[in-house]
Amino acid sequence: MSDKLKINDFVVRFANVNGTGSASANLLFCKAIFRMGIPVTPKNIFPSNIQGLPTWYEVRVSEKGYLGRRDGIDLMVAVNAQSMEADIKSVRPGGYLLYDSSKKLPDHYRRDDIYFIPIPLMEICNETYTDARLRLLFKNIIYVGALAELMQFDFSVFESLLGDQFKGKEKLIAPNLNALKLGSDFIKANYRGTFDLKVERRDLLKDAIMTDGNSACGLGAIYGGATFAAWYPITPSTSVVEAFMEYADEFREEKETGKRKVAIIQAEDELAAIGMVIGANWNGARAFTATSGPGLSLMNEFLGLAYFAEIPLVLIDVQRTGPSTGMPTRTQQSDILEAAYASHGDTRHILLFPSTPKECFDLTATAFDLSEQLQTPVILMTDLDLGMNDHISEPFSWDDSKEYQRGKVLDYDDLEEIERFGRYLDVDNDGITYRTIPGTHPTKGSFFTRGTSRDEYAAYTENSPAYQRNMDRLVKKWITAREYVPSSQLYQVENNSEYGILFFGTSQYAAEEAMDMLKEEKFLVDGLRIKSFPFDQIAIDFLQSHKYIFIVEQNRDAQMKSLIMIELGISAEKLISVLNYDGLPITATNIVHQITHSLERVEKYTTV
Amino acid sequence: MTFIKPKFRHPDLPKNKLGYTLSYYEGALSTLCAGCGHDSISAAIIQSAFEMNIEPHKLAKLSGIGCSSKTPTYFLGNSHGFNSVHGRMPSVATGANMANKDLIYLGVSGDGDTASIGMGQFVHVIRRNLKMIYIVMNNGCYGLTKGQDSATADNGSISKAGIVNQFQAIDLCGLAIELGATFVAQSFSGDKKQLIPLIKAAMAHNGFAFINVISPCVTFNNNKGSTKSYDFVRGHLEATGTFDFVPEMEEITTTYESGEKHAIKLHDGSLLQFNKLDSDWDPLDRFSAMKAVHQAREKNEIITGLLYLNQGAMDLHELVNTCDRPLNTLKKEDLCPGNGALASINAGLR
Repeated sequence: MSDKLKINDFVVRFANVNGTGSASANLLFCKAIFRMGIPVTPKNIFPSNIQGLPTWYEVRVSEKGYLGRRDGIDLMVAVNAQSMEADIKSVRPGGYLLYDSSKKLPDHYRRDDIYFIPIPLMEICNETYTDARLRLLFKNIIYVGALAELMQFDFSVFESLLGDQFKGKEKLIAPNLNALKLGSDFIKANYRGTFDLKVERRDLLKDAIMTDGNSACGLGAIYGGATFAAWYPITPSTSVVEAFMEYADEFREEKETGKRKVAIIQAEDELAAIGMVIGANWNGARAFTATSGPGLSLMNEFLGLAYFAEIPLVLIDVQRTGPSTGMPTRTQQSDILEAAYASHGDTRHILLFPSTPKECFDLTATAFDLSEQLQTPVILMTDLDLGMNDHISEPFSWDDSKEYQRGKVLDYDDLEEIERFGRYLDVDNDGITYRTIPGTHPTKGSFFTRGTSRDEYAAYTENSPAYQRNMDRLVKKWITAREYVPSSQLYQVENNSEYGILFFGTSQYAAEEAMDMLKEEKFLVDGLRIKSFPFDQIAIDFLQSHKYIFIVEQNRDAQMKSLIMIELGISAEKLISVLNYDGLPITATNIVHQITHSLERVEKYTTV
Repeated sequence: MTFIKPKFRHPDLPKNKLGYTLSYYEGALSTLCAGCGHDSISAAIIQSAFEMNIEPHKLAKLSGIGCSSKTPTYFLGNSHGFNSVHGRMPSVATGANMANKDLIYLGVSGDGDTASIGMGQFVHVIRRNLKMIYIVMNNGCYGLTKGQDSATADNGSISKAGIVNQFQAIDLCGLAIELGATFVAQSFSGDKKQLIPLIKAAMAHNGFAFINVISPCVTFNNNKGSTKSYDFVRGHLEATGTFDFVPEMEEITTTYESGEKHAIKLHDGSLLQFNKLDSDWDPLDRFSAMKAVHQAREKNEIITGLLYLNQGAMDLHELVNTCDRPLNTLKKEDLCPGNGALASINAGLR
């Protein structure tokens, strides 16, 4: 019945009750594997709830470095009675179930094709601890200890991890180590069955860090020079501004006065949040907001104003699942069209697509440069998976020689030189005009910013040619923007195949793995990861030079495919969608399955 | 047809301390209806800025959408302006103010822009005590869309089409006092003598200064039966007193007719002098101000003047403890922790 030994290659899922302290125990398990130098990726599958509902934490361990979700649960740690029956059913045949055996498992829960590992967690806790809260918290640590024993962890890793976690609260270390030992001792003494999921120390991660994208965005905003943030709390973007606040406490205090080199306002709604950010950017401060789909919908009118009045702003959209409220705690890439064309009238917005925490950091900082250089909103399109889950990532780095790119802003001396300032005068013939910041010069450079049509000198006009000239200039600016935005990533020097696979954001993890799986099946595909909209020349060439392109995206309506068709006029026959929209991160097997399936259809179609 | 405002001015026109004539504070020619109350308010703003010796580039004027929100084009032509979206001026003003604490922010709004679509933002900008002047040009109707009732139209007021308003009016001053606004005044567009000192005092106030100005709409809401018509307003005005604003260190020259004389020293050292006509009311006491507003409503009167003043509250910058240098002047050296700081951040994430 037993499969061959699976070293550093398996999936563990923890089934817990929300609000019982399981998150930190599960993270401890995950972090221990990370510290042993093995690629690991956790996914928190949590409810829109504070306490009581089922929550899952899935950890994939992959020596090969595949960091996407993987189908098939090798081991279920089932400590939630509510979801127990379904949890047991979800284990793959030949897999394991570790469960709290303090209460007898109902007979009909039993399966013959998986191994049961009983631990009386509650009984152990009740014997060891008198405090009700400790009983609840240490129950989780005890199962981590049991797992560590089963998987043959190097126990010293816990000592250093707990040492770091409880720096300043050292007296908490020993009780935690003790709880781990309770679990490990129980397994040693009682479990005699098979167990073939093992962890072996490796040195595969070098200087990698493990963090979530939202914190990285918050830090990126600090490095990018944001001095103002306005926001309205919404899952899953809340922790972006919370991280910004924490880093601001550390880095933005004026030493001499104790005053702050930042202002952060919790607005009354998303409309006010983006309105404030527009006001601050208009007045020359780098400012940003963070939101998710419902907030983006509310911000549409203001995004149109910022586009038309040409005011820089940075918006971080941490996408979640569905229209309306949808599934607020699940992931998706379904705001693409909404963001690209936000607002009524003719508008287009710059989008950036990070894939890793390092890119969240880099691209957030870059977004401030881009938005000021191009005097328009820049929207960072991240998602719940990237934003709220921990990811292994390259460490953060910063080039100290790099200056902030503030774009075409006229200062006092510039204005002295100019006879007549025209805010919307295309002096350099690149569609980007010069702006002034209020308060710069006593007699020159003031103008009226407005969402109504105006001429080159910012004067209100209802003159049709003047309106059209301005709209055409905005198109010219859009074309200029292509040279400013980050380039797409190519996975090969030259084309190897007439098939290409195009992906972006968090689909990267599963797509890279899928490319390897297809290669093993002797099917070569060329890969491209898009990092921005407008599409750069590399992406355009890739789309044009392949006969068929699979477009991997995590939404129902193939929004990126639509965007490519609309913007580049690529024919629909060439573009084959690979979609995932169940709210969970896409998996490589899903991609491979969809590609193989559509290939059959393509071949049938082409041979008829 | 293009309206061109003649630029020629008599060379001997009086100049203020900065050397600017009154005309330097004017804007483009108004395109509002002839006789619109809003134009009188614009004139009062121009006069106030001139007399207060405000450097035009140190003032930013902001507005939302509507007839009133068009007016910033017609005053302070040498100041930066921002005509934003409907009902959202307070948020834009908040961000602008946070970016640069050294400018004066003058927001202009209407009754539709403030009491309906913008009610949420109006309420919250008051809560935050943002340092700005917020003027509502209140005519009880939607002028630009041809005269529909607004939320400040009085219950029972009759529209031009002869329809009686069935809904309760929102009293913006009462609401502002309730919400803790730190400067609340009400005036009438036709009473320049009162309006100018109020605007000047608002400019000197260290916090949110609200002035609700009843400003009749000559085209859509000046009919018999309307409670926002010139005739009705003139007949129902009840001034709380006469006002004069005395900038710091200036000799007091105003004479008062009768009644109780008072002077309030403002934040910047200037004085707001007034002659109190009603002995029950004390503008420094919130409860008495609330009572005065309620009593006026009961008596169908429009109470005017500075209704309430609280100089003790911290403004938003003080509340969030921003540094003295405006945030928009901070440079990379002030803001970016640099690569060195990342080493320990990275270490903490391993």
